[in-house]
Amino acid sequence: MTAQFPALALILLFPAIGVVFNIFVGPRAGRNAVNVAGTGVIFAAFAVGLWAFARLLAMPAGAALEVTLWPWIIADQFHTAIALRFDALSAVMTLVVSGVGAVIHLYSIGYMAHDEDYARYFAYMNLFALSMLVLVLADNLLLMFVGWEGVGLCSYLLIAFWYGNAQFAYNGRKAFVVNRVGDAGFILGILTMLSALAAHGVWTLNFAGLQAHAAMLAPVATMAGLLLLLGATGKSAQIPLYVWLPDAMVGPTPVSALIHAATMVTAGVYMIARLHFLYALTPDAMHVVAVIGGVTAFFAATVALVQSDIKRVLAYSTISQLGYMFMGVGAGAFAAGIFHLMTHAFFKGLLFLCAGSIIHALKGEQDMNRMGALWRRMPITYATMLAATLAICAVPGFSGYFSKDLILERTFEAGDEGLWLLGVITAGLTALYMFRLLFLTFHGTSRVAPDKHVHESPPVMTVPLIILGLLSVAGGWVELPPGWLWGGAFSRFLMPVLCRSRSQAAHGAAGGALGVVAMLATLTGFLLAYILYIQSPALPGRIAARASALYHLLVRKYYVDELYNLIFGRFLFWGSTNVLSRGVDSGLIDGIVDGAGLGVEAAGEVTRRSATGNVQVYAFVYLAGAVGIAAYYVYLVMVR
Amino acid sequence: MTQFNWSLINFAWLPILPLIVVAVGAMGVLLAGVQVDDEDSGALGILTIALLVFAAVLSLLLFGGRPSVAFSGALAAGGYTAYFDLLVLFAAAMTALMSVEYAADQGLAGAEYYALLMFAALGMMLMAAGDDLIVIFLGLETMSIAIYALAGFMRHDPRSNEAALKYFLLGAFSTGFLLYGIAFIYGATGSIKLEPIEAALSRPATDNALLLAGVGLLLIGFGFKIAAVPFHMWAPDAYEGAPTPVTAFMAVGVKAAAFAAFVRIFMVHLGPLGPQWTMVLWVMAGLTMTVGNLAALVQTNIKRMLAYSAIAHAGYILVGMTAAAAPRAGGAILYYLLGYAFTNLGAFTVVVALERRGAIHDNLADYRGLAARHPFLAAAMALFMLSLAGVPPLAGFFGKFYIFSAALDAHLLWLTIIAVINSVISAYYYLSVLIAMYVREGGVEPAALRTRPALIATLVIAAAGTVAIGLFPQPYITSAAGAFVSALGNAPHHHVVLSR
Repeated sequence: MTAQFPALALILLFPAIGVVFNIFVGPRAGRNAVNVAGTGVIFAAFAVGLWAFARLLAMPAGAALEVTLWPWIIADQFHTAIALRFDALSAVMTLVVSGVGAVIHLYSIGYMAHDEDYARYFAYMNLFALSMLVLVLADNLLLMFVGWEGVGLCSYLLIAFWYGNAQFAYNGRKAFVVNRVGDAGFILGILTMLSALAAHGVWTLNFAGLQAHAAMLAPVATMAGLLLLLGATGKSAQIPLYVWLPDAMVGPTPVSALIHAATMVTAGVYMIARLHFLYALTPDAMHVVAVIGGVTAFFAATVALVQSDIKRVLAYSTISQLGYMFMGVGAGAFAAGIFHLMTHAFFKGLLFLCAGSIIHALKGEQDMNRMGALWRRMPITYATMLAATLAICAVPGFSGYFSKDLILERTFEAGDEGLWLLGVITAGLTALYMFRLLFLTFHGTSRVAPDKHVHESPPVMTVPLIILGLLSVAGGWVELPPGWLWGGAFSRFLMPVLCRSRSQAAHGAAGGALGVVAMLATLTGFLLAYILYIQSPALPGRIAARASALYHLLVRKYYVDELYNLIFGRFLFWGSTNVLSRGVDSGLIDGIVDGAGLGVEAAGEVTRRSATGNVQVYAFVYLAGAVGIAAYYVYLVMVR
Repeated sequence: MTQFNWSLINFAWLPILPLIVVAVGAMGVLLAGVQVDDEDSGALGILTIALLVFAAVLSLLLFGGRPSVAFSGALAAGGYTAYFDLLVLFAAAMTALMSVEYAADQGLAGAEYYALLMFAALGMMLMAAGDDLIVIFLGLETMSIAIYALAGFMRHDPRSNEAALKYFLLGAFSTGFLLYGIAFIYGATGSIKLEPIEAALSRPATDNALLLAGVGLLLIGFGFKIAAVPFHMWAPDAYEGAPTPVTAFMAVGVKAAAFAAFVRIFMVHLGPLGPQWTMVLWVMAGLTMTVGNLAALVQTNIKRMLAYSAIAHAGYILVGMTAAAAPRAGGAILYYLLGYAFTNLGAFTVVVALERRGAIHDNLADYRGLAARHPFLAAAMALFMLSLAGVPPLAGFFGKFYIFSAALDAHLLWLTIIAVINSVISAYYYLSVLIAMYVREGGVEPAALRTRPALIATLVIAAAGTVAIGLFPQPYITSAAGAFVSALGNAPHHHVVLSR
């Protein structure tokens, strides 16, 4: 059942107004106006989201609200509209994006209080939120792709935000280009599905239509699923395309929070959940999704163990947590994956905002080796960060516990014991690196430079921390074990949209035992962190010295950046510089010309040649092409 | 007393009315130039634009007209011709508009500049209308000679001279190929008109070897005009050296006209020979995209970079031609050319904005800090670069999407993959322009924009088009698809199936 709900357009309209206002009026209107407008529009979008959510709850399960803004493309039988769809899945996403996004906007007011470019900053932030909302509300793949590219573009703009610095700009470009690699997969995936349906005379790209004709997608399901997965790994920072995310840290910290928590990185998980009917057709692609998730979760957690930049630890932590979400959706537990996406948005957004609060207090310091013993001086930041840490470590009762536990359990049920074990080990590593972070920053001895007057952040920053702190604690209570109070309300809400998930009833004894194993791993991680960073702080250094090869491998992030740079960067640029530009102009082709005795005069007359710019070389290449074509036709004629 | 002779109105010159307006207009501009001081050449620019717009309106009236042929089959009128007429006239008018202040500043003053622009447009329109190989050839030469002269119009600049000379030398070279191709096809089919040629294809008596030789030579000749690899090497030098508005006109107008004739000859009339030429185009498309994009990666001169970008885009369009078996391919190409025209004209307008007499600021480093000093100029450039990179919902994205989906319809899986990978690579160098603009230090100060209303107008039109064609693509898609179908309507028999 669907109902028209034109007010949905307001969810996009408000942020759009914010973008226009902040670009054109903002710089003249002054800081207060920008703060109010830039933040207000996102709260307004959130309010409309709540309104729509209330409408949706009043409707029978599986219902959706829709609105068509304008018919976009009508080419022959192919119809696509700019249309929005608000069902259970997009409802969750909309509320997370606009809700957590609004809180981050609020925090930005304090964080950017000393920055001159606040108007442009809020314009980009609004654009980011707008793009993400387009992505989640789109009722078809093409409009989704608009949002998909939009968040990529905004991440570029925001990472490169302090653009006086060329390095930042390069990092931004890296993020964009890596995302484009994923986009190539996405667009090929769309085209694959389109042509598979077209073969049956069906021309549609909207989700309802695709789902209705899912059977026709069966022959291409694995290929399309894998291509789309490539797109998802780009946005959601999974192996092999995760490399942009750690570099995205150079942007302002609230931007990191927005990228990591509410927007952008969740897009890949959302897309796979959105296309669950496609993935349901292809166990192979599903398994690849789960394996990529599990391996990424483990891999990123190991890197996070040794980083000293606080934001970098959190960045790898995000990659690792997204790995869990991929594990979940890969195991067919789409609702569990989305559930973890939501709780992660709360606690990871909070972790970044706390990190921002620390960095703000320390005037830009991000190295944890120059922190320590901050808890007394920043009590609110400490308390909320502790809550977020307990949540991400899946301590029972905290939000992350319910979602991570559900994913691990579903993975085990799906028969992937190996992945489950990897997930459990990763849970231990998570506790280790998170408590390492907490201990290094807030406990132990102070290593803060003496000239810095550390202070708690202003209320405009601490209120968002408290809001997200409460959500990090209680946000998971929407999905309780069966039989407890309202039980699995979250899954029940999503289930009609995500349909068939595997066995529901397994929260039995096995589930309990699995949970205990995961908890033991977490406890081990915590104890290790306590021993290494509180009890004997000299120990980590000694271990690093003893196992220096491994340590450097981790510090240098397995040398993956270097490898990519070598393969793609160097190779392409070498080819472009030496073969295509320099080579073709002077070296390579001249060599051939001279060697073939065609350019006798050219040999000694460098000056004249450069003045005429190698016209004879150009003509030679031209002729070579002509000969190639001629040879092809001679071949054709002779073969006849 | 005497009744007015209506048959005169129905005479074949009605379809060529826009051509007549442009031809007579060009001569009029030359004559007017005698009366106008060099300092007032802006007035000539405005006159040129007015004439071009008038011709465009006439074309628009013909757009919906029934497909018909004129001059006993030498010219085709109807949607296809009118679509390209509009495209070419638009490109010429935009070129004139961005030249108004530029020409005065650079000392390009004189009626010859605008007259040559119009003669070039005339040639392009002939190419679009030609239903006859000789007419197409005449149009091509009319266009080319005017463009050679325009490329070398800055007589005191060695780069401009070099550009014109190289373009001319290699152009003369390829004229030979084209003419030989026409001769061979005439030899094989006994006609220079496209419809009889097509009819002859199905005759068993037609000499296949002679025909294929002609087809191959035509592929080379057109490959040169669209700057396809390996016939592309003139393009970076010519684009770099020519006065920037002329470069824009070369990138947009020449390319559109060459594709107009290329598509009409091959996709509309040589369709039955499809298997014999799509293979060549497959290779040409793959090479053109890859070489264009890879070479663009390391360019430091923005005009050279845009030249390689234009080469790469010709490659994407060639993908569409290779997909001739797909019914949507023709419409996709026409739509692509439209979005490409707006975007490229806009990008070159920004390049024009930074240039001043005696100071050719066309290195990437000159763009540093542009975002801080001229946020709107930088924002417009960012928009054009993103459209060229194929970011939705801008014009460039949908063009690519259509062409790629047509290519998949034609089962060109690998070529599509190559194309998509190429569009990933291209993002890198388009973003380099953004990076330069957003880095604070260095760069040059463009002359105050406030004193250059024509330039601003050009920018606004180009930017609006780039956004509108992407956001509201429907009317443009319908026109493009309709225009291509109308060309098929000119052909004696429809044929869309030519897959291997």
